[in-house]
Amino acid sequence: MHDKSVVDLQRGLQAREFSSVELTQSCLARIEALDGRLNSLITVTGERALAQARAADRRLARGDSGPLTGIPLLHKDIFCTRGVVTSCGSRMLDNFVAPYDATVVQRLDAAGMCMLGKTNMDEFAMGSSTESSYFGPVHNPWDLDRVPGGSSGGSAAAVAARLTPLATCTDTGGSIRQPAAMCGITGIKPTYGRVSRYGLVAFASSLDQGGIMARSAEDAAFGLAAMAGFDERDSTSVERPVEDYPATLADSLAGLRIGVPKEYFDQGLDPGVAARVGEALAVFERLGAIIADVSLPHAPLSIPVYYVVAPAECSSNLSRYDGVRFGHRAREASNLLEMVKRSRSEGFGTEVKRRILVGTYVLSAGYYDAYYLKAQRLRRRISEDFQKAFENFDIIMGPTAPGVAFRLGEKTDDPISMYLCDVYTTGVNLAGLPAASIPVGFVDGLPVGLHLIGNYFQEARLLNAAHQYQQMSDWHLQMPRAID
Amino acid sequence: MHWQPVIGLEIHAQLATRSKIFSGAATAYGATPNTQACAVDLGLPGVLPVLNAEVVRMAVMFGLAIDAQVSERSIFARKNYFYPDLPKGYQISQYELPIVTGGHLEVTPETGAPFTVRVTRAHLEEDAGKSLHQEFQGLTAIDFNRAGTPLIEIVSEPDMHSAEQAVAYMRKVHAIVRYLGICDGNMQEGSFRCDANVSIRPLGSTTLGTRAELKNLNSFRFVERAIDFEIQRQIVLLESGGTVAQETRLYDEKRDETRSMRSKEEAEDYRYFPDPDLLPVVITEDFIEAIRATLPELPDARQHRFKQQFGLGADLAGQLTASRAMADYFEATHGLVASDDAKLTANWITGELAAHLKRQQLSFDACPVTPEMLAGLLTRIADGTVSGTAAKQALAAMWDGQGDADSVIEAFGLEQMSDSGELEKAVDVALAANPSQVQQYRGGKTKVLGFLVGQVMKASGGKANPRQVSKRIKDKLDDDAP
Repeated sequence: MHDKSVVDLQRGLQAREFSSVELTQSCLARIEALDGRLNSLITVTGERALAQARAADRRLARGDSGPLTGIPLLHKDIFCTRGVVTSCGSRMLDNFVAPYDATVVQRLDAAGMCMLGKTNMDEFAMGSSTESSYFGPVHNPWDLDRVPGGSSGGSAAAVAARLTPLATCTDTGGSIRQPAAMCGITGIKPTYGRVSRYGLVAFASSLDQGGIMARSAEDAAFGLAAMAGFDERDSTSVERPVEDYPATLADSLAGLRIGVPKEYFDQGLDPGVAARVGEALAVFERLGAIIADVSLPHAPLSIPVYYVVAPAECSSNLSRYDGVRFGHRAREASNLLEMVKRSRSEGFGTEVKRRILVGTYVLSAGYYDAYYLKAQRLRRRISEDFQKAFENFDIIMGPTAPGVAFRLGEKTDDPISMYLCDVYTTGVNLAGLPAASIPVGFVDGLPVGLHLIGNYFQEARLLNAAHQYQQMSDWHLQMPRAID
Repeated sequence: MHWQPVIGLEIHAQLATRSKIFSGAATAYGATPNTQACAVDLGLPGVLPVLNAEVVRMAVMFGLAIDAQVSERSIFARKNYFYPDLPKGYQISQYELPIVTGGHLEVTPETGAPFTVRVTRAHLEEDAGKSLHQEFQGLTAIDFNRAGTPLIEIVSEPDMHSAEQAVAYMRKVHAIVRYLGICDGNMQEGSFRCDANVSIRPLGSTTLGTRAELKNLNSFRFVERAIDFEIQRQIVLLESGGTVAQETRLYDEKRDETRSMRSKEEAEDYRYFPDPDLLPVVITEDFIEAIRATLPELPDARQHRFKQQFGLGADLAGQLTASRAMADYFEATHGLVASDDAKLTANWITGELAAHLKRQQLSFDACPVTPEMLAGLLTRIADGTVSGTAAKQALAAMWDGQGDADSVIEAFGLEQMSDSGELEKAVDVALAANPSQVQQYRGGKTKVLGFLVGQVMKASGGKANPRQVSKRIKDKLDDDAP
């Protein structure tokens, strides 16, 4: 059962081959059996999942079901869930129970999905390995000694290990695509504004975007279709109809213009990864796509620009964690100031503190122009590069990450090398574009991801291209060896 | 040395919306603590602000009323600082691109010459919660009901040179926001308050002295006293060879003094940056014109019209139009009086009736004597039925709810002495009783006429018509001239 695609599960549920309760129970049993080794979940919500499964079975019996009714999923622990702890991977929020559901949670609930639990993540989504979680690191199901990538490492590992067919995730600088690549699954980060941020605990508001992880592009298409859309509670969400993503998956790629930026094949790229990407591009060529080089001259500035903009917003977004109204409060402080200081010192981990400090610095009087303002100007240049490229190309492709999954602890003392994991992904967030990662082979038994970047609101085209590739390959069907 | 005070005000007016600036929670004052703060106001993780369109409309109205530039594009920014009653650790405000820039107001103080105040900018922002220290011994409690209440901050240039001018300007802004209906102007509830920047310089100098910022002044009287105190403090300091420190000071109304709150060195770096959760506010010319069409007549225009239409002097017209409610009351009343004597109506409203209201701290909106009732009384004054003195009694009775003008005049027997025989008799009695004054009058000292009239009025219990009494006495004494 755990290896079935969303489409297979839909069919099985509709045909009453199995019930949603049975399906949900089998997922919960698999979580119970395997997650001890992965640590991909922070919270398991078995009762809630089963209650939703029973309701879904009633809907299925009435014939009042949609494509996702009765199908289980996991939410990244950054999405607020009413009545269930939303920790964001932090000690600061390990007792926080939101009185509301995130819009994403609400929509997937309404679609009839069954929430199995909440996935582990880098603290406040700050990290590229899921090692900064207060709840311990997540292990990569392909090699338990290695990281799953991050920050949505819990969601990626859980999908790869077949604990769930779908998992929500978020991407501020690569947090969907990089772990998807490292775990050998499909992940899509939509256009900024396509999925509501309401109830998504903010890291960097102008970059954060919710998305979906699945084993295949087809499964992801169903998930994204249910999540996306305008939300009046998020001023930055865009009022624009949502395409029927599954409907265009079968479209031909003949004549699709694919641009390959030379800047993405720099010295930092693992030659094995480069080889897999080259092979994948050859498959697209066989599918009728036209492939040519393109230049994104400002791409090398993405990391420095990102590490000014994101910490700046983070330093402000995380100011609300003062121990006054919710979250961790230090005990026995003798005055207000001391309470706030100690609560924050105890509640936040090292990487979060580092980014708050950097962000506070770049916004300070005397430094604002040199850092924040300059970064915003360069951010526009990075965007303009993409727009110029999209004049001649439909999709930009390259490696998702410069290397495969690294060993636990390998980069924890070297923040810069950790930041460079996102060297190809952060530009997309700075520009607000949609992008996906799909598995395209292995290096030393570890998955490699192909990065597909589209123009604004071209999610349907990205999923279509990814799906067509997956019709010609079976990388997305491979099971991780380290478990089972 | 002669010193010139230089004063600029930052006025915070709470916009009279039903819901908050970025959430759907209610703004009503005085609710049970923390019953009007939703997840957005509390800054819970994951929530987002959504701008209340009504707030934009009100800001545009204000911009138009002070002849300012309404920005085609304005930006909300985050002002970052930690304070327990500031839920998000930042206040959403406007910084580099405020919604209103470059207005001005002509101000006429009660005494002194009219002057102009330039308004640098007016921007939108959210209010914070309220820390309560007194009620909980050794603890601080926080009421978040006020968090997210919309404010417009109106920043003036340092164009005022006395506490009196500052108060006159503040009153003018107060009148305008009330006329526009965008602020209830209630200063006790904190709906209208200001910070004053005060410095002094040698008279004739054009450079600015170091300023002190006086925080959170919430009555016209406190503004006046705090500024006066501060000016004196700075003069004493400078004349004794000291220097003024740039700092924030608090006015202590009990001691009637200002004292230092924090110095420039301790001032916060607010790390303003554009709020990524909110889109720029884009205002079209059409939107502005649509709002312009809804603008009510403003105090200056109304004062001008009152002078033209009713023949009132600048003073009386100014007093009447200082508050929209008073001006409305005047127009409603005057339309019902069977007389063209607008000055009579104006005097009664700004005099006797205003005094009644002031005693009870009521506004004209809540006046127990309706325009219909007052018009009834004024009609009776105009047709000679009651004297002014008697009319005051009648008004007091109406105020106490004892009926309309005619019924209280009747009930209290306030009608003037109209019987000429009775009046004749009263005059004769008075003249007979005061032979020496009669003598003086006849000797050319006509000033004693007032005294004699007073005697007759007294004898008649205020019911005689003083003009008729005066005429009769004169007729009598002048006729009998030897």
